[in-house]
Amino acid sequence: MPFIFVENTVKSFLLEFQAFFALCGKTVVRLFQRPAYYREFTTQLDKMGVGSLFIICLTGLFTGMVMALQALIQLKPFAATSYVGGMVAVTMVKELGPVLSSLMVAGRVGSAITAELGTMVVTEQVDAMRVEGTDIVKRLVATRLKALLIAMPMLAVVTDAVSLLGGFVIAVGYDINLLMYWKSLSQFMVFQDLIEGVVKPFVFGFIIAMIGCYAGLNTSGGAEGVGAAAKRAVVLSSVMVLVCDFFMTKMFIVFR
Amino acid sequence: MRGEEQCIRMEKVSYAVGGRRILDGFDLDLRRGVNRTILGKSGAGKTTILKLLLGLLKPDAGEIFIDGTAIGGLSESELTRVRKRIAIVFQGGALFDSMTVGENVGYRLFEEGRLPEAEIERIVLEKLGFVGLEQTIDLYPAELSGGMKKRVAIARALAADPDYIFFDEPTTGLDPVGVYNIRHLMLRLQREGKTTLMVTHDMETAFAVSERFSFLHEARLVFEGTEEEMRRSDLPQIREFLQPTDRSLFMGMG
Repeated sequence: MPFIFVENTVKSFLLEFQAFFALCGKTVVRLFQRPAYYREFTTQLDKMGVGSLFIICLTGLFTGMVMALQALIQLKPFAATSYVGGMVAVTMVKELGPVLSSLMVAGRVGSAITAELGTMVVTEQVDAMRVEGTDIVKRLVATRLKALLIAMPMLAVVTDAVSLLGGFVIAVGYDINLLMYWKSLSQFMVFQDLIEGVVKPFVFGFIIAMIGCYAGLNTSGGAEGVGAAAKRAVVLSSVMVLVCDFFMTKMFIVFR
Repeated sequence: MRGEEQCIRMEKVSYAVGGRRILDGFDLDLRRGVNRTILGKSGAGKTTILKLLLGLLKPDAGEIFIDGTAIGGLSESELTRVRKRIAIVFQGGALFDSMTVGENVGYRLFEEGRLPEAEIERIVLEKLGFVGLEQTIDLYPAELSGGMKKRVAIARALAADPDYIFFDEPTTGLDPVGVYNIRHLMLRLQREGKTTLMVTHDMETAFAVSERFSFLHEARLVFEGTEEEMRRSDLPQIREFLQPTDRSLFMGMG
């Protein structure tokens, strides 16, 4: 009896895994196919990108300020406070900027994607689209993926920029001028760090959009099902962002 | 031979969800010009039949033919081609929330991209005129009543000029005037040469708009025939469905 339970659990996990990657494959192919549904794409880009700007700016500002405060406390005994800009930048651009902005977007956008698609499924709008001859992967999934692949790196860059600004606001209180702050950036960072800071959110955007869409399109059971699917999508995409961050960091270190 | 058939058929179709049998060796024959209603108690699987016929669900066993073409092995794009002759009015209308009524009605035409925008707009107005809702063209579905949503859904179904129109509980939740409107619309559609397949509990509407009836009970087809044959039937399930008695209390009927 317990063996059958384990077997069924493993089977259903593998089937779900297979279905998820099948959806990913179909979506990637459809990214380059016509029609491109520009209206849907721009609407999504506006909702996901512009709509997330405020929360992203808040996240960046306060994280940058906290990072600067912590760094200054550590650097002050060594009279090395002038390096605070570099320390904030290297941490934010490589790690915290992409990860924190992605977690925020996973909560805000991932749940919205799942809830929207889930509601469309339970109200039979997705079925209606299929009957009307629409390729739902192309119209509903590819447009959202495309929008988030563009929006996510941009949002991460905004997070980085705002966090540097926040760090500078705190650094000013420790008699560090703009020139010192700016110069320390190049002392700590190399070009590859900037690449890392853009590639990571690009991958995270893929994860958030695909998990959100997969969970949404597989929603069942009415309003309760939509809520459960949204929760699952946010938890899963947040965890996957953190897991992927580790492996991507490892890869970037190897190729350094 | 089958390629020339003018009908939609289900042959020995079985379908189960999560171990629960919904259909077991179910047969259906919808001929052009012969309007049919599928009856059965709530949760019996009537809507599932419509979704199977449209290829939205895949049967576990059996085959479905649309005008002679077996849809079992078709890809989604091939299914889209076959489905062009069929339209469906879903129970809640299933109008697209993010689009106006006009965009909903012209959806398939915009998707196909064959016609110029002005021509699509003319067709949309014509179809909305058919259901008496031209004035709602710029409204969103959230601004419409339940009855209006169903009428817009009918207009959307008509936009592609299909041969068959499926109705999933078209009169559920409507007031008597709304029911009369829908019934009247269905009869007008039939006069214009559309074949309707309806799933409903509303016996009055069913008898008014259909010539033949299929009765689904415990995953099986237990009756197929005309209204008169149905009224004369000795089957206890049919008798109970047509005239519920105290015996059917809390037995899951209706």
